[in-house]
Amino acid sequence: MLNIPSNALPSKTGAEILIDSLKKQKVEMIFGYPGGAVLPLYDAFYDCDIPHILTRHEQGAIHAAEGYAKATGKPGVVVVTSGPGATNVLTGIADAMSDSIPLVVFTGQVHTPGIGKDAFQEADILGLTIPITKYNYQVRDVRSLPRIINEAFHIASTGRKGPVVIDIPKDIGVSRAELLDPDTIDLPSYQPTFQPNSLQIERLMKALKISHKPLILAGAGVNHSHSAAELLRFAERYEIPVLCTLLGLGSFPHEHELFLGMGGMHGSFAANMALTDCDFLINFGSRFDDRLASAPNEFAKNAVVAHIDIDPTEIGKIIPTQIPIVADIQRTLLQLLDFHLDGKEDSSPWCKLNTKRKTQHPFTYDHGPTKEIKPQQVIELVGKITDKKAIIATDVGQHQMWTAQFYPFCFEHQLITSGGLGTMGYGLPAAIGAQLAFPDKTVVAFVGDGGFQMTAQELAILNEYQLPLKIIILNNASLGMVRQWQEKFYNRRFSHSVFKSLPDFVKLAEAYAVKGIRITNPQTLEKDLREAFAHPGPIVVDVQISQSELVLPMVPSGKPNHQMEVFQ
Amino acid sequence: MRRIITATVNNSSGVLNRITGVISRRQYNIDSISVGLTEIPNISRITIVVHVDSLYEIEQVSKQLNKQIDVLKVSDITDEPHIERELALVKLSAPASQRSELNAVIEPFRATIIDVGTKNIVIQVIGTNEKVDAFLDIVRPYGIKQIARTGITGFTRSAKK
Repeated sequence: MLNIPSNALPSKTGAEILIDSLKKQKVEMIFGYPGGAVLPLYDAFYDCDIPHILTRHEQGAIHAAEGYAKATGKPGVVVVTSGPGATNVLTGIADAMSDSIPLVVFTGQVHTPGIGKDAFQEADILGLTIPITKYNYQVRDVRSLPRIINEAFHIASTGRKGPVVIDIPKDIGVSRAELLDPDTIDLPSYQPTFQPNSLQIERLMKALKISHKPLILAGAGVNHSHSAAELLRFAERYEIPVLCTLLGLGSFPHEHELFLGMGGMHGSFAANMALTDCDFLINFGSRFDDRLASAPNEFAKNAVVAHIDIDPTEIGKIIPTQIPIVADIQRTLLQLLDFHLDGKEDSSPWCKLNTKRKTQHPFTYDHGPTKEIKPQQVIELVGKITDKKAIIATDVGQHQMWTAQFYPFCFEHQLITSGGLGTMGYGLPAAIGAQLAFPDKTVVAFVGDGGFQMTAQELAILNEYQLPLKIIILNNASLGMVRQWQEKFYNRRFSHSVFKSLPDFVKLAEAYAVKGIRITNPQTLEKDLREAFAHPGPIVVDVQISQSELVLPMVPSGKPNHQMEVFQ
Repeated sequence: MRRIITATVNNSSGVLNRITGVISRRQYNIDSISVGLTEIPNISRITIVVHVDSLYEIEQVSKQLNKQIDVLKVSDITDEPHIERELALVKLSAPASQRSELNAVIEPFRATIIDVGTKNIVIQVIGTNEKVDAFLDIVRPYGIKQIARTGITGFTRSAKK
């Protein structure tokens, strides 16, 4: 009789090895959606004590994992099935690649003999994800699974972070192997440079010494390397004004006198003029994205450029760089702080000029009496009600830019937004991931009516996981940013950017047993918002705003940053 | 400008895909690419010939290649003393009457006839791109039936001092 109890076997199944490895990596939760090819894995999840978050669409799962990863800095873990399950996470993988978000994505695959033979729910996920992952694996032998998972977490969360895909054929989940536990990582071809070159540190400090108009550009790298405290000390010590990119927001306190706001296409007057006028630009972890440097030849034209980045390919990619430093930003800042600099040129007139510009031309909107609610005011009020302390997730579009302009960000990883890829539908699931990571913090999702409809199905899990999310829909019944461009650059030909029908978002929320309210009256806006935030559970707030409201100022695409337009 | 890039890479499946993806994504055309094993187990050498407009572009491509996790080292050997060779197989129309003449024509190229048929012969020639091109120009009048070229492979020369 072959009746050996499974615990008597000296080996483990692939699925069990996977769970052991995830535990070893201290994975706090898995975002996923089951299907045929991952049934062996899900069978093991049945009595696994790592919580599994069942979203309502794979896209929801991966954006939630991104939100979790962005809020915590730890890798988000996703499990989806083969074929459509895997192709549904491609957008999220590309998004994570673009914004350097650490993810480990397990995709199911058809059983090994079926691969390459057009089996049911087969897709070439390895091939599809090569250009949008930091690395990817297909498990061909169950014995390599622990090594692959170890490496995947290492690659995802070190150097320039990013998504790693592990494609697991169905039979691997049930194949057995002796447990090999590799503790060491052996990747000779992957050795990120963390420590800055001391010669370059010296060059940077010498350039700073003779600079009259120094400027710091803080990008996503400051958030990724948890360097806000060091950045603040450095900027304060030498009185250097700071501007942020969209993904750099939160890395420098909004109310600080040296802070100039966000720069670029919808950046502040002070930040964009400082970029134009500065004589020394220190870029910490920004990749000079085209939303910041739309006209690279005109960008910071008068400045010596220092660029600190963990990824050597970013240096010199867009903007010629005189002082390149390939290193971790925190370690670089610590070395810069250790450097003793005497007799620095006086830059106080420069600081005064920047402060003057900031006070004279802040982000603004029409404060006059109006029948319609101003979206900018909604965000300002939410900043006030949440005392700047909320974690803010956004979707993509006008509301995203208003949030970047008007919410007073003041701590690292506070803003969770899709920067590089600009993925609509990101906001709600990303906010879910952030709320799961920080159940006791206030998490607000600002979304537009367009993006919200792309992933609104995830409302279904708010009650299930007791997530007291505050979802603010800035509802202009249109794809506002598309409409804005059509208004300004396409002769007001509003081609397919205005919705002829919208669901009743209050009823939609109620259908998921989530409280929904609608706000239409600008006179009672603050009171209504306060009531919404006083609600202990999740709430959907449908704020009706004007369709014609624009995001301003705006640097038209391809124009230098000092040519901001206000379209009045 | 023509640049020769050599890269040592992990000999794993998909690595060639990654390399060509990096180059084609930036809209550069690969002239030739050759891959083979090296003296180190599981490490392959890839030699790529690519045309770019500026040194800035090739630097960007090299950096992007270096960033690939399976890539150990990338060098642009174009401006360094280096050896490059490619092998071409050329099937020529060769009636018996022309064969002795052909022998004399190919001899200065140190090419060899490696297959003889009733109507055609196959010649093997080894050299730099330019030499192979020159060879093809010389034999073209005889009627080329088929060409197979490996693309170049190579590395830097050893120090002479």
